[in-house]
Amino acid sequence: MVCLTELQQKFGSQIVESHFRDNRRIDISASILLPLLTSLKTEYGFNMLVDLTAVDWLEYDGATDRFSVIYLLLNLDSGERLAVRVPVNLPDAVLPSVYGLWRGADWMEREVWDMFGISFSGHPDLRRILMPEEFDAFPLRKDYPLKGRGERHNFPVITRSGS
Amino acid sequence: MTDGRVPAGVSDGLLVWPLSMPLTPVDTLETPSAEREYVWTLNFGPQHPATHTTLRLVLTLDGERVLNAVPYIGYLHSGFEKLGEHLDFNQYVTIVDRMNYLSPLANEIAWHHAVEKLLGIELTPRCKYLRTILAELMRMHDHLLNLGTTALDLGGFTAFLYFFQQREHIYDIVELASGQRFHTSYTRVGGVLFDVNTDWINRVRKFIREFPKVYDEVDRLLTKNRIFVDRTKGIGYLSRDEVINFSAVGPVARASGVERDLRRDEPYLAYADLDFDVICSRGGDCYARYLVRMQELLESLKIIEQAVENIPGGPVNIGVESDMVLPSKPSVYRSIEGLIQHFEVIMPNRGYEVPREQIYAATESPNGELGFYIVGNAETRAYRARTRPPSFIHFSMFPHMIRNHQLSDVVAVLGSINIIAAELDR
Repeated sequence: MVCLTELQQKFGSQIVESHFRDNRRIDISASILLPLLTSLKTEYGFNMLVDLTAVDWLEYDGATDRFSVIYLLLNLDSGERLAVRVPVNLPDAVLPSVYGLWRGADWMEREVWDMFGISFSGHPDLRRILMPEEFDAFPLRKDYPLKGRGERHNFPVITRSGS
Repeated sequence: MTDGRVPAGVSDGLLVWPLSMPLTPVDTLETPSAEREYVWTLNFGPQHPATHTTLRLVLTLDGERVLNAVPYIGYLHSGFEKLGEHLDFNQYVTIVDRMNYLSPLANEIAWHHAVEKLLGIELTPRCKYLRTILAELMRMHDHLLNLGTTALDLGGFTAFLYFFQQREHIYDIVELASGQRFHTSYTRVGGVLFDVNTDWINRVRKFIREFPKVYDEVDRLLTKNRIFVDRTKGIGYLSRDEVINFSAVGPVARASGVERDLRRDEPYLAYADLDFDVICSRGGDCYARYLVRMQELLESLKIIEQAVENIPGGPVNIGVESDMVLPSKPSVYRSIEGLIQHFEVIMPNRGYEVPREQIYAATESPNGELGFYIVGNAETRAYRARTRPPSFIHFSMFPHMIRNHQLSDVVAVLGSINIIAAELDR
């Protein structure tokens, strides 16, 4: 088990721990994200990044931040799991990329960029992954409607004569 | 990083075939340079019979040797996660069905496993066993298709047909339980749609009796088949460290020596009561992944047999005292209490208490760890329903696995990581 006080001594006391069922989470600020994750990987044995995802808090009652990015870590030797949650706000929704720590973050960060428009500095190939290149919105944001904004109807059709 | 090549002297663990026999990809050639005139580009997909699903690869080739592969995905993206924010916990099961459509029930079980964890529901013992049997049948279902099509792509048509016939039997079993062969939408919050009867149990028993014979036949057809082994041995090698670094889990990771199986490590449903082995190999190549899947078929059969013989009696759904479950259909149609309860669960302005919390819960799906990250917002639908799709994770390793292999190995590697584009793109 990672000791919270140990982490707080290293990275300052703004680390908050919480539990729900068997999930253990820590909330941190973006400034200590990369050193904290590096330390969790190298010193505490969290060698696998199980998932990297984001939540848009726009319509959530009482939320103070716009987004959270969630890193789900796993220590394969002990089976311990830990979720690290980082708040992100507009207009500069940028986090440092963890590509250097886990290669698995490659496509996960691309998906978060594609769906939420949160960018990751230091990612070598941050392109859209699921949506087409020319798409100009971020579909999993809460202000994007379920039915879309007519992209499908206005999709440029390439005809045989026009190509 | 070894770029998909087998390092010299890699030890084999479970494998019986001598490593020196088949061809290993050329690694003695000089470093490829992109300026060479004879480097050419091949567009593979999005519609191609050997990709089995809709995905596109742009391959850079030197003759037949793959220098680089760039996957383009998203052709089947249909906003499943966005839909998950608009459908309630029972409705969304129809959508998760369509993610990994080779094992739809495994997705349903994973989804409701996460939802029930969020709501704090403890299932009845009978439901736990029933879901375990179905989850293992789905594992067999998925592996049978994967092994069959891998053999098909590599020229072995017979094994494909033999295994497909067994899949039909599993379809029949699933149809008998849920009324649907394919997209069953069988699980509900706190239970399943209907209970199963003795006929169903007997049908499962019959399948358990008959399956080993076909398994032996396919085993004899493929496992020591010179052509099949040549095409898979030493192809798409992944070391243990690479697998961990790439976040891979499931059969792909276990074939590279990662001893991780959620059924054993974080037991859910009835797995804690059942006796089974976690199949691992140190081979790390396509052949090792084939062997792991073949062995897992037998382990699944073992689990199903134990679960079927020990399935407890009693109700299959938790009682309607918990206001979160749908009452049975007969009581909805024949009693006023049932009808009221049904309305209480279904109507958007009624509903039940959902914690304003976030949870990640995962199950061992046939392809690996299938997890859901759910955010609850006091509504009977998820505020955010993130899927952790194993296909997505595995496909990101593909360029790394295929580099320096031959063009014909593309289908072998694709088959061995079992990419399902509907789950890949969601």
